[in-house]
Amino acid sequence: MNAPIVWILIPLGLAALLLLLPGTRLLSSLGTIIALTLAGLAYWLPPDTALRIGSLSLRIDSTLTLFGRQLTLGASDQTLLILVYGMAAFWFFGTLALGNSRQIVSLGLAITALLVASLAIHPFLYAALLIEIAILVCVPLLTQPGEQPGRGLIRFVIYQTLAMPLILFAGFLLSGVETGPSDVSLITQSAALLAFGFAFLLAVFPLYSWIPLLAEEVPLYRLGFILTLFPTFGLVFGLTFIDHYPWLRDSAQLGPALQTVGLLTCVSAGIWAAFQRHLGRMAAYGAIAETGVSLLAISLADRSVGLQILFYLLIPRALALGVWMMSATILTLHTKDLSFRALQGTARQFPVATAGIIIANLTLAGTPLFATFPVRQALWEKLAAQSIPAALWFSLASLGLWAGALRSLAVLTMAPENTPWVSRETWEQRLLILLGLIGLGILGLLPQWAQPLLASLPTLFEHLSK
Amino acid sequence: MPSFIPWSAVTLLVITSLGLLVSREWRWSLALLAGQYFAAFWLTYTRWPLTMAATQLVTGWMAAAMLGMSLIHTSAGSAEESSWPQGSGFRLFAAGLVLIAVFASAPNIAAWQPGIGLPLVTGAFILIALGLLHLGMTAHPLQIILGLLTLLLGFVTIFSAIENSILVAGLLSTVNLSLALTGCYLLALKTQETQA
Repeated sequence: MNAPIVWILIPLGLAALLLLLPGTRLLSSLGTIIALTLAGLAYWLPPDTALRIGSLSLRIDSTLTLFGRQLTLGASDQTLLILVYGMAAFWFFGTLALGNSRQIVSLGLAITALLVASLAIHPFLYAALLIEIAILVCVPLLTQPGEQPGRGLIRFVIYQTLAMPLILFAGFLLSGVETGPSDVSLITQSAALLAFGFAFLLAVFPLYSWIPLLAEEVPLYRLGFILTLFPTFGLVFGLTFIDHYPWLRDSAQLGPALQTVGLLTCVSAGIWAAFQRHLGRMAAYGAIAETGVSLLAISLADRSVGLQILFYLLIPRALALGVWMMSATILTLHTKDLSFRALQGTARQFPVATAGIIIANLTLAGTPLFATFPVRQALWEKLAAQSIPAALWFSLASLGLWAGALRSLAVLTMAPENTPWVSRETWEQRLLILLGLIGLGILGLLPQWAQPLLASLPTLFEHLSK
Repeated sequence: MPSFIPWSAVTLLVITSLGLLVSREWRWSLALLAGQYFAAFWLTYTRWPLTMAATQLVTGWMAAAMLGMSLIHTSAGSAEESSWPQGSGFRLFAAGLVLIAVFASAPNIAAWQPGIGLPLVTGAFILIALGLLHLGMTAHPLQIILGLLTLLLGFVTIFSAIENSILVAGLLSTVNLSLALTGCYLLALKTQETQA
């Protein structure tokens, strides 16, 4: 058995089968079990490692050859596989409380498998093509039957599709100059194409306009799934590029460029978040700011610390976005509209969902005692050591998200006097949100628990992790 | 191959890309798209083996056929733009400016990778530039997909000069077909919404 068959082809086949199954609860449960099994398999039976059970020896080979090229998932990919399928299981499990799981579970599993394939393919440049196919699979996930595709969806398809040829073209141009800057003008032109490609792919400033638009148009929980997975793989793909080309890795301009883009992205998103009057758009800006934070982490002069910060943020971010999107979706199921006008005083009817929205928002703002705080504080400290103005701008981004959370809290609790407190969430919704909130608290108080799992992730990048 | 063939293909690309930009009748648009793939086939054939170049041609024609099948019973493909700019004259003027820029810069771009050949670079960048212009002038799903297919065809044409992997050609075909399928899906949604 090959690792690409286990973690790519089998999930793709199962995703097709799940699309045909009746019953949303069955689908949610099966999707969660499949994703958890794949994550568990990666944990207990990593590629290229023999597992002995009595006289039986199990081993999954790492490489599959396809049309003369290789798909490889080695032992170094183990942690990422656990994390990615674990995240998928988390999002699929949430559909138990929200219903309407058909698209997110079946298409979500296919998207996850395609993104894992993008990690496995060699030469790594071809990953752009697989990411593009995954993006096109997102279209049915982000649309509702009988509803016209909106501007956000159209822009999403265009922007993400533009990324693929730009990255591929730059990569092919660079294939002859992997070792050294022999042709400076060629490298400059290729680097510009590469920068544009990744700017589109990662949706950095000012190319993120599709995210807030989509947040108004499509079910938020589905958008949350996409905003969790795609930036993660986009960043891993970008880091692979940096790791692969010594001239790029050692370039004096790379760090400042990443820092500028990262700051522009997170500060602009933070400021916009402070002025939003729509909960979905506010969550979208929260997710955009996280991409900026990731770029800031990569921009740090101490690359190994930057990588650790980047990967340590993955779990708290996924958890916070999950809680935020689930809570907002619960409100949408009842109010049909997430504008502030429609949500005034909703906290008295949906106290748990309101708590979920506010705490998840505060978590992504880097508030003390919540999950992202310890890692953000480390980033802040490192950033301040490099540049005090950059650290101050970074604090402005957090302040914007913080102001957004306070405005949301004010609107959601603005009920007429003597309105009774009730809880209209179902018990499953209450349970899942509360579990998420407890998780955010535990991760904030005991951030070191994830260290054994995440410590090995930077080794994915041979040169950067040194 | 005689040198007039690549330049004839470039001329055909100019005609089909301009036609795609101006046409708002889906039958004409799809016929022009098919013609565009045929012209690009002759350019890629200068660098790729016949089987690989033909794969791109067949993929493009399949994409056009898929879009045609989904449009045949609907009126979704002929909708006019609701926002400025709407006129064919403006589109032709803008396309003219873009074409002048492409013809002026193509020799410099061809110098990036010696040996690519001027006709291939010119043809590819005509497709890329007019595809981008197309995307900037519309919000209609069919026109968006046509713009993206044109843009990707331009990149496939230029890739043919620097990469000859079967897997890449296969994946690019898959992306093209997926894009056409996405277009069919978006058009079906639009039709459902109109009927509702």
